[in-house]
Amino acid sequence: MSTEASSRGDLARLPWISFSIIVVLVVAAVFAPLLAPHSPTEQSLPDKLRPPAWQEGGSMKHLLGTDVLGRDVLSRLVYGARVSLTVAAVALIAGGGVGLALGILAGYTGGRVDNFIMRVVDATLTFPTILIALLLAVSLGQGLGTIAIAITVIIWARFARIVRGEVLSVKTRDFVALARVHGCSHLRIMAVHIVPNVLNTFMVLLTLHIGFVVIVEATLSFLGAGIPPPTPSWGQMVSDGRSHIASAWWLSVVPGGAIMLVVLVFNLFGDWLRDWLDPRLRQV
Amino acid sequence: MQRYILRRLLQGALLLFIVALVVFTLARVSGNPIDLLVREDATAEDRAHLQKALGLDRPMHEQLYIFLTGAVRGDLGQSIRYRRSAAEVFFERLPNTLKLLPLAMAGALAIAIPLGVLAAVYRGTLVDRLAGGLAVLGIATPQFWLGIVLIYVFSIQLGVLPSARMGGPSHYVLPAVTLGVFLLAGMMRLVRSSLLEVMGSEFVKLARLKGLSQTIVIWKHCLRNALIPVVTLFGVYFALLVTGAIVTETVFAWPGVGRLTYEAVIFRDYPLLQAVILLKAVIVLSVNLVVDILYAYLDPRVRYA
Repeated sequence: MSTEASSRGDLARLPWISFSIIVVLVVAAVFAPLLAPHSPTEQSLPDKLRPPAWQEGGSMKHLLGTDVLGRDVLSRLVYGARVSLTVAAVALIAGGGVGLALGILAGYTGGRVDNFIMRVVDATLTFPTILIALLLAVSLGQGLGTIAIAITVIIWARFARIVRGEVLSVKTRDFVALARVHGCSHLRIMAVHIVPNVLNTFMVLLTLHIGFVVIVEATLSFLGAGIPPPTPSWGQMVSDGRSHIASAWWLSVVPGGAIMLVVLVFNLFGDWLRDWLDPRLRQV
Repeated sequence: MQRYILRRLLQGALLLFIVALVVFTLARVSGNPIDLLVREDATAEDRAHLQKALGLDRPMHEQLYIFLTGAVRGDLGQSIRYRRSAAEVFFERLPNTLKLLPLAMAGALAIAIPLGVLAAVYRGTLVDRLAGGLAVLGIATPQFWLGIVLIYVFSIQLGVLPSARMGGPSHYVLPAVTLGVFLLAGMMRLVRSSLLEVMGSEFVKLARLKGLSQTIVIWKHCLRNALIPVVTLFGVYFALLVTGAIVTETVFAWPGVGRLTYEAVIFRDYPLLQAVILLKAVIVLSVNLVVDILYAYLDPRVRYA
């Protein structure tokens, strides 16, 4: 993809389908109580295990069928979007923030500090960090805070590594030396002069990691270490439907398909944003 | 070389110590660790006994000493669920996982390399786009879901492959595929991009000028060099496999250490979970160490970096 194209040209290449799906998703998450046809937690045993509307035995009342407890799958899906996106946002801000701070510190300071931080980054990247996430869930209990910490542990190193690389080139620029001559403290230079120059990279990284974080959150939920029930989450829904896969395929397949779709559209959108804002990140 | 090995060993030991410290601390931040370490129906005597044995009434640094010296001797505590040594349970299950991982790795390589080569050679054509599309899909597919869909299609609808537990060769197919696909997308992209890079280099032009056929240039000259990054990332792939095995073994009721990890989480078996984590950390770090040393042996530039 050409990098010299005007921003107008690149905007024209905006992946409209992905973008529309993202908009629909965000709207669904924000207005879940208005959009969901039923309560996501209300049980109705006479209505249990209804198939989706287009299958024999299904009805328009439950478009995507119902689960073992007679809860409406579509409504749970809509509320689940809320959980997924909230967790993704909180976790990304936490994990990305830690990565940004440490990446800047390592890149700007250099020397021993840099060496130490980068060793830890390397170690984190070759360690199955999900184990630490599971341990957190068992010892601290399940909840949004635990997941945010867990995902921070998993993603910070990816941010730190790339931000550091970026800082290495930014800090050699003249305006940094000039600021130094002016008497700026190192802390001020990092906050005022370095941060704005790595912000593009950071935004692209954030977008590119939304899908990854959604998958990690779903995986943690699937393994019983996510947001605790009865709050509906997609990973939990897939997990619950697993034992009924032979008789009620939609219980697992529908929420899993939703995860896949969401990750796909965010990744495609992230790719576009990267090409637009920061094409050098292509190799990442 | 010796200095390099020594440095890497020290780094590994340090990391292991950090992991142990995390395990130790997390058991203690959420209140009385005894609640995490014994069954809920334990009598007051049992609790008092264990409290004494673990030294939980002593100062923190002594507790840490007891924990670390115990861990070094292989005493990682008693599993709550299995009522016996957590390390023992782990090593019983380990062989089952070790039967699955190489299969998944080999399968992923067997598909990723040819596909990556095709995508690079036919860059920009339909083949490249198709491979790229597959990679994008592969990255977006949650592994646990893929396993369930495979079970639905091949075990329930078609009835051709078993869906759970160990057994004959056919039992390996679905778990290995689920685990392998996890690596496939990233590997394929890596092969493609690194092959493209190599294809533009001088020695390849020379090989072509010599009149060698396209096939020989690509598969012999280029691929050898293009696979270096893939080999370098072996440690990362191994860590990914260990992560992936937790989900895959859970979906397919595979009696390995991945499934054991899941059980430890579900049954809130903290002693078992801490043992699983420390032992997996040892394994992953050892594999990384061996890979890095081999690599440094093959490529001297690494040693002095």
